[in-house]
Amino acid sequence: MDYTLLFIQTLNGVQLGLLLFLVASGLTLVFGILDFVNLAHGSIYMLGAFISASLTFLTGNFVVAVLLALPITGAIGYLIERVLVRRLYARNHLDHVLATFGLILVIDTTVQILWGPAGISVPLPAWLNGQVELFPGVVMPTFRLAIIGAGLVVAAGLFWLVNHTRLGMLIRAGASNSTMVSALGVDIKTLFSLVFALGAMLAGLAGMLIAPITEASINMGGEVIITAFVVIIVGGIGSMKGAFVAAILIGLIDTLGRSFLDDLFALFMSQNAAETAAPAISAMLIYILMAVILALRPQGLFPPKVR
Amino acid sequence: MKTPLQAMTKTGWITAAVLLLLGVVPPLLMWMGNEFYLLLSTRLVILAVAAVSLNLILGYGGMASFGHAAFIGIGAYAMGIPVYHEFYGGAEAIASTNGWFQIGLAVGASALFALITGAISLRTKGVYFIMITMAFAQMVFYLFQSLDEYGGDDGLVIEMRSELPWINLDDPLQMYFLAFGTLLVTMLLVHLIVNSRFGMVLRVAKGNDERVVTLGYNTYLYRLTAYVIAGVIAGFAGWMMANFSSFISPSMTGWTRSGDLMFMVILGGTATALGPVLGAAAFVLIEEALSSVTVYWNLPFGLMLIGVVLFARGGLLGMLHGRRGDK
Repeated sequence: MDYTLLFIQTLNGVQLGLLLFLVASGLTLVFGILDFVNLAHGSIYMLGAFISASLTFLTGNFVVAVLLALPITGAIGYLIERVLVRRLYARNHLDHVLATFGLILVIDTTVQILWGPAGISVPLPAWLNGQVELFPGVVMPTFRLAIIGAGLVVAAGLFWLVNHTRLGMLIRAGASNSTMVSALGVDIKTLFSLVFALGAMLAGLAGMLIAPITEASINMGGEVIITAFVVIIVGGIGSMKGAFVAAILIGLIDTLGRSFLDDLFALFMSQNAAETAAPAISAMLIYILMAVILALRPQGLFPPKVR
Repeated sequence: MKTPLQAMTKTGWITAAVLLLLGVVPPLLMWMGNEFYLLLSTRLVILAVAAVSLNLILGYGGMASFGHAAFIGIGAYAMGIPVYHEFYGGAEAIASTNGWFQIGLAVGASALFALITGAISLRTKGVYFIMITMAFAQMVFYLFQSLDEYGGDDGLVIEMRSELPWINLDDPLQMYFLAFGTLLVTMLLVHLIVNSRFGMVLRVAKGNDERVVTLGYNTYLYRLTAYVIAGVIAGFAGWMMANFSSFISPSMTGWTRSGDLMFMVILGGTATALGPVLGAAAFVLIEEALSSVTVYWNLPFGLMLIGVVLFARGGLLGMLHGRRGDK
């Protein structure tokens, strides 16, 4: 086995996992606190990518574009909560899913009208576009390392925000008993809007970070949302810690499965059979993982205690 | 003593009228030289079959499956793969254009998939169930996408329609009547199921699971059985869809397709016999009308879907009755 490749792919898996965490954390935050299922979360991720792409061309600087695109994405999330989502809190989860399914069509088509049907590739500044030699013979693209760094910083910031600030305390209190928090004089409606906007910003950030690698494209949201669902199902819906562990786990399994499953299979079957079976199995690997974990623990790895 | 005709309720009359329209109008349009509308109706009726089967678990059983399109894909590939091998060799064991064999494969594969994924998904409830069924369907999507031999992401053009005695599926009219006949049989079947003792348990368990469990019923097994029945019917619909369009692709199982099916049921009215049929009809016709006006038809369509959720509870059937079903 090629250990250099294994090391690089492990880092790539962590990087994918951290991006998945950014998407899944917003999803699980909104579900855990607002008890709202947002199918359109992937569309906000896509929207973030397109907004940052346009701003990159406008300002000529990717980092500035991301910093500008973040509040814009948050504002869009705030608006969505005010106009649509707020009317749905009293409804059941099925209605949430159906209404946000409609919202996906609206957002995706609007993006298509504004930006056209083709994908947009996002240029990186020179200092992010190079490669870093970690060890002799082991090189990683700088930008992938930057994603890992950014993902870890945001994850740490999120844990700090939820567990150690007054806002986080209100958020946690609102999650367990919103009527009581409201009776204590806290503007719970605004608090909920802010939480939704925060979730939108996290999804948007993930979209902005992946865009220079893949490109901003309309169907990127539909692809990420199911994987994000798998992450929060495995982690336990509503649990931030669960989302983090599951996201890294799934990022690693998906990446390593795609690159090493054929070698692994070749150990106990013919090379030909391994090369046929491996792509099919690796495409299903994370769902098989989900099935196994659910069969053992129907509530996920870290079911939230409060509910 | 009422005669059967007098005993028919308003809903019964509407159902009979809609089915009569579906049985007569598309063939008439075909004879008037409008083949397009017959083909549109065929797609509509096949989707209606799948929607009726989804309604069995979603409407009557309270199982909000967001992965029903997986079965359509499985049924379609169970039709397409044997034909592919018949024409291009390999896998002799399943190479066939025989309709009965393909239907057997479609039904068997759908039942197996429903049994395995249902056994896992039904251990969970509510939003977990929605997301898990969605994820399993996406697993099927990625599986089909990884099958390079069958066209991968691009899908596969099917060389020849299924061969069945007495019926020639190359004739659009016969294809339509096969789909329409299947719809009638499916509606009757679902009607019989929900009014049987089995269906009674299923419906009551939707409202209060604990009470039914206390009475000594294993509601899990009841739900699983219903889930498998619905999956098999949708698998058969998939077999018809592959025959109808002579084309299979992973996108048939995409989660947005599952969302479409779910919406048809909600749009028409859940837990009603006719609701899913009306929903499928409205869905396909509105989609067709909007897409002929603008390429951006998804925008008004999406707004309509949101409007239905916010304002039209009880669906079209609820509106026909002039009541706002609030459940």
